[in-house]
Amino acid sequence: MSQRILKRLLQLLGVVASTAILNFALLKALPGDLVDVIASESGAATPEYVAQLRQMYGLDRNAFEQLLSYLGRIAQGDLGYSFRYGEPVLGLVLDRLGPTLALVGAALAISVVAGVLLGIASARRPHGVTDTVLSALATLGYSAPMFWTALMLIVLLGVKLAWLPIGGLTDISAGYRGPRLWLDYAWHLVLPVLTLSIYYVAVYARLSRASMVETLAEDYIRTARAKGAREGRVIFRHALRNAVLPVLTMLGLQSSALLGGSIVVETVFAWPGLGQLSFEAIKSRDLPVLLAVLLFSGVLVVLGNLLVDVAQARLDPRVRVQPQPATAGSAA
Amino acid sequence: MRRWYLQPSILVGSIILLTVLAAALLAGWLYPGDPLDMVGAPYVWPGDDRELPLGTDLMGRDLTAGLLHGARVSLLVGVSSAVLSLAIGIAVGAAAGFYRGRVDAVLTRITEFFQTIPAFLLAIILVAVLRPTLGTIVFALGVTSWTSIARLVRSEFITLREREFVRASIALGASDAHLIFREILPNAWTPVIVSTALLVANAILSEAGLSFLGLGDPNLVSWGSMIGLGRDALRTGWYMTAIPGLAIVLTVLALNLLSDALHAALNPRLRRAERLNLPSSTATP
Repeated sequence: MSQRILKRLLQLLGVVASTAILNFALLKALPGDLVDVIASESGAATPEYVAQLRQMYGLDRNAFEQLLSYLGRIAQGDLGYSFRYGEPVLGLVLDRLGPTLALVGAALAISVVAGVLLGIASARRPHGVTDTVLSALATLGYSAPMFWTALMLIVLLGVKLAWLPIGGLTDISAGYRGPRLWLDYAWHLVLPVLTLSIYYVAVYARLSRASMVETLAEDYIRTARAKGAREGRVIFRHALRNAVLPVLTMLGLQSSALLGGSIVVETVFAWPGLGQLSFEAIKSRDLPVLLAVLLFSGVLVVLGNLLVDVAQARLDPRVRVQPQPATAGSAA
Repeated sequence: MRRWYLQPSILVGSIILLTVLAAALLAGWLYPGDPLDMVGAPYVWPGDDRELPLGTDLMGRDLTAGLLHGARVSLLVGVSSAVLSLAIGIAVGAAAGFYRGRVDAVLTRITEFFQTIPAFLLAIILVAVLRPTLGTIVFALGVTSWTSIARLVRSEFITLREREFVRASIALGASDAHLIFREILPNAWTPVIVSTALLVANAILSEAGLSFLGLGDPNLVSWGSMIGLGRDALRTGWYMTAIPGLAIVLTVLALNLLSDALHAALNPRLRRAERLNLPSSTATP
């Protein structure tokens, strides 16, 4: 297990370094450089001033030296400067991290629990009525673009029925404090979480159905039934542990897609997380912010996978006992 | 055993997809004008005007024309970027699975890296850096969504490479290219075809997402951009958002249905497994 954790930490370093190099390449691919941006922002800039700026930012050196100094700055936590917000990118990104984690975390928890339960309901009788209905709903669930689901939920639950708030982190005009404020955060989180969950419940229901159908055909399940174990015990004690392993692997793989999905959802619901930050950065072509979000997303995904590893080790003794050298295929 | 192509999901999926294809092909003939032109009053609800069956948006543009022309963009982007992902994924997967060793190690690292960073975010950044046109959108979606294909092809190659017919071919002195393209790849198609439908479906969803965020080709109507525009009139005219969204849902649903049905039909092992499972679960009360 400790080997796996070590491997993940190495992967973390690798991802940060690779993302940084990719980011650098993207910055270079842009027409014009940082100094051109500053020069155009300031209006009138003499060629001498521009040359001086280039020297100051090290842009007169060759690409490799620039890359090294870029990596050095990232290692020190300097992710660049956002001219639109007029502050360092790192602070901006860290401010938005909390709301995104709350949104994605809540959606993940709901999707996995509900998805696994629905998958079990389907797998008990493959091709039965329940299975057919649930499978059809699941296929529909992951066929709808999330931003559209979001807008339709706003129309129905936010505008027509007016049950739920349709945007923002909290109702600023109400001026809540203390626990009431946290309740209001949660209340504003309902629609965005629901949107993400509709999609991911469908994904996990489908996956755990397949996995459960396979597990229920195993010999030890027949043994458990033969010795007279109740159906609930067979499913939740004997089958679930094994059936949930592929779901966990998928969870690790999906976490980057989940962050991608939160971009559109946060944009629609004006939820002030990393996704909305990236949308604002797109509109103002604020590339340093976008690249920093990309870097942070990579880090979050690796850390998410680390959690998945720990969970898998808890559930599956085989992972715990023998630290398989070639876990890359199963876990990465 | 019923004939596999008579399954309801295949029929429904094919009918929807053929309708979308027809819409894309006939768009220029039925609505020859620019779908971005104003044709009537804004906020005409669907059914209010016989000339404008699906109504107009908040700029007075015909939603029917937009829907048909949008089908072109969705299908074109979906298919082209899927082809690009397939090409990259097959090249990476085949090289990694065939040569193993150091090539495999490097390519697997690269694949893992692309799996770690959110594909949609990278696509957004690429389109923003390269300026949104049809070509850059196809490129951005193609280069960010090949990882699943690469993994699939790699694992197929690893198993197939050890099979006897490949060994026989090696013994006959076949070149690497012959082994890869004539011996192994033709046997690895089945799972790739199933994934291709999903690839197209995901590309259509991603293109819609990009256009919705304002990163679509500004000179073309797309379903995503129609939703993005309709969003501004969500309270008063939600049909502007609902209609193009339904088009996306139906198209993606059709592709998902086809992929599932093909998966079941082309994979005899799965069919057997499902049959074997039936008694064990129906036996319980």
